[in-house]
Amino acid sequence: MTKNHKKMLVRIIVTFILFVVLMIFSHSGNYPWMSQFPGGFVLFLIPYLIIGYDIIWKAARNIRNGQVFDENFLMMIATFAAFGVGEYSEGLAVMLFYQVGELFQSYAVERSRNSIADMMNICPEYANIEEDGQLKQVDPDEVEPGAIIVIKPGERIPLDGVVTEGESMIDTAALTGESVPRRAVPGDEVISGCVNGSGTLKVQVTKMFEDSTVSKILELVENASSKKAKLENFITRFAKYYTPVVTIGAAILAVIPPLFLGGDWSDWIQRACIFLVISCPCALVISVPLGFFGGIGAASRIGVLVKGSNYLEAVAEMTTIVFDKTGTLTKGEFKVTDIIPAQGTKEELLHLAAFAEGYSTHPISNSIKEAYGRPVDMTKVEEAKEMAGHGISARVEGRLVLAGNSKLMEENGVAYTPVKSSGTVVYVAADGIFMGTIVISDTVKEGAKEAIREMKRVGVKKCVMLTGDRKEAAQAVADELGIDQVHAELLPGDKVDQVEKLLKEQPPKERLAFVGDGINDAPVLTRADVGIAMGSMGSDAAIEAADVVLMDDDVRKIASIVRISRRTLKIVKQNIVFALAVKAIVLLMGAFGAANMWEAVFADVGVSVIAILNSMRALKIK
Amino acid sequence: MKKKFKLQDLDCANCAAKMEDAIKKIAGVNDASVSFMMQKMTIDAEDDRFDAIMDQVVAACAKVEPDCKILR
Repeated sequence: MTKNHKKMLVRIIVTFILFVVLMIFSHSGNYPWMSQFPGGFVLFLIPYLIIGYDIIWKAARNIRNGQVFDENFLMMIATFAAFGVGEYSEGLAVMLFYQVGELFQSYAVERSRNSIADMMNICPEYANIEEDGQLKQVDPDEVEPGAIIVIKPGERIPLDGVVTEGESMIDTAALTGESVPRRAVPGDEVISGCVNGSGTLKVQVTKMFEDSTVSKILELVENASSKKAKLENFITRFAKYYTPVVTIGAAILAVIPPLFLGGDWSDWIQRACIFLVISCPCALVISVPLGFFGGIGAASRIGVLVKGSNYLEAVAEMTTIVFDKTGTLTKGEFKVTDIIPAQGTKEELLHLAAFAEGYSTHPISNSIKEAYGRPVDMTKVEEAKEMAGHGISARVEGRLVLAGNSKLMEENGVAYTPVKSSGTVVYVAADGIFMGTIVISDTVKEGAKEAIREMKRVGVKKCVMLTGDRKEAAQAVADELGIDQVHAELLPGDKVDQVEKLLKEQPPKERLAFVGDGINDAPVLTRADVGIAMGSMGSDAAIEAADVVLMDDDVRKIASIVRISRRTLKIVKQNIVFALAVKAIVLLMGAFGAANMWEAVFADVGVSVIAILNSMRALKIK
Repeated sequence: MKKKFKLQDLDCANCAAKMEDAIKKIAGVNDASVSFMMQKMTIDAEDDRFDAIMDQVVAACAKVEPDCKILR
């Protein structure tokens, strides 16, 4: 509770006691003057002013500023009118309960704002710099790239950098929702916002604070509430018309029936007051953005950044998901998965290939060398030649070794045994004799299969995979994962065309998402209705281009985010329907004289409070 | 130029919407958003007249919600 809240609470308590005392006396029947003018008027006016002076003051000030249809003004008119027609206790009660509701509302909003702020409390306050053997705390803003900072156990990592000394386990939960700590040893990159575990680390800073991961994320979350969902825009537009319409309705109700239909003035003015009390759209204006805000908060807690409520809305309507293969569904790490010697042992085959590929830095060469696992003595390799699109030829320990694809074998007249495989096949020959085959393939990410299954379960109709890889390789991965459609052998530009084509096939109310690792697919991420990128903890390009960022690259989170967004939308819609329905019913009842001020106050602040409490549930979705 | 400002005592969501509307109507303001949730305001306005525009923004906000202070 803030100071203002406490002050208000005191005013409410004082007024409530006075109200109860006055009610007891005036209902005892011994003091009839208490419900008449001027005695009752004066007695009830005192607590009324205690509780409502600020409303009257604000109303007067706003009229001077040309803000007529403002809730303070409406409350003032409504309660003045109640006093005017001799309903002193009602006038006081309406003001009192209006203030109770306002206080509660303000408190609830603050609570949820704080709980979101706490969750996003990843902003480091200081960085330790070593100076003449002494540790000095400085503002992370002042640390330049290249400087060495010291991170003690339990401290938050203030800036992105590379570990130069020390070893520790790092808790990344605040950024990724991942509870298993990550190991950091010299040479590893560490990301700002994470919490250091048990060891002291020395880290060389690589980025300015404003470019660091933590600043980027905070900025994203803060901006998220400015990208409004369709529902939010609808409410804003609705609110603009609602208040004037209801107020004009109130004016008509107060004047027309008594003037032309012979109604009783005080009765119709009272009915008009009911209209005025209900005329604020606050319940909607607060609870709808609050609901979306909560949903975005719930998403960030599991390590998914959603850049705006409009994207949360789009995710809920997502029925087609297009995946980029490498780096998204597969690890993008090529590994030797099969060694088929035609002559000699596996070991000898790998030895020949590793030496032949010795000079090359191609990913395939690297994976062969990795599988070989021993240093390659380059003095034994001569005349290494790389032939683009074919492979490599080199003289290894005096023998002419060829390592490459079928074209290379055919052109050199090697009698080889073709191997059909989903991976990349490297044939090896020495002095014209076929030695064997090495198969290299990309490995499927853990959880990718589960992720697709989960997505289907939450209502995604079609999973499509795009890749630049060969058809067989792509199809093998697709079959393993349960992907519905594969488009292989695409050039980077073709991906945009494919997505365009798929977008055209989408039914109007359904959305298409593209999931990529953020490298080279920025145009596709932007083109899709929802661009989902692998954040891989700090890949700038991805965070920039995407609408939704998976901080720990875990595709399984896509299903969770769909669930969160659906729940959020459901909560928001519940609020809209509930608030509009209650208001409409009480307005109708009021017009026909079947509602009193109490019901009107409930329709205003009561509904508002209930809607806010409902919205706060969005934050707690798991 | 885009700049962010903190808002103090912004306690009505409807006012935030009204403030946003009023600010967007000021000449020289390209875009503006007032976030009730974050208690923050983002103004995108012409560089050379930014300070003059900001004075107008403050005046416009004071008209809608006099209790709300813009921390410049």
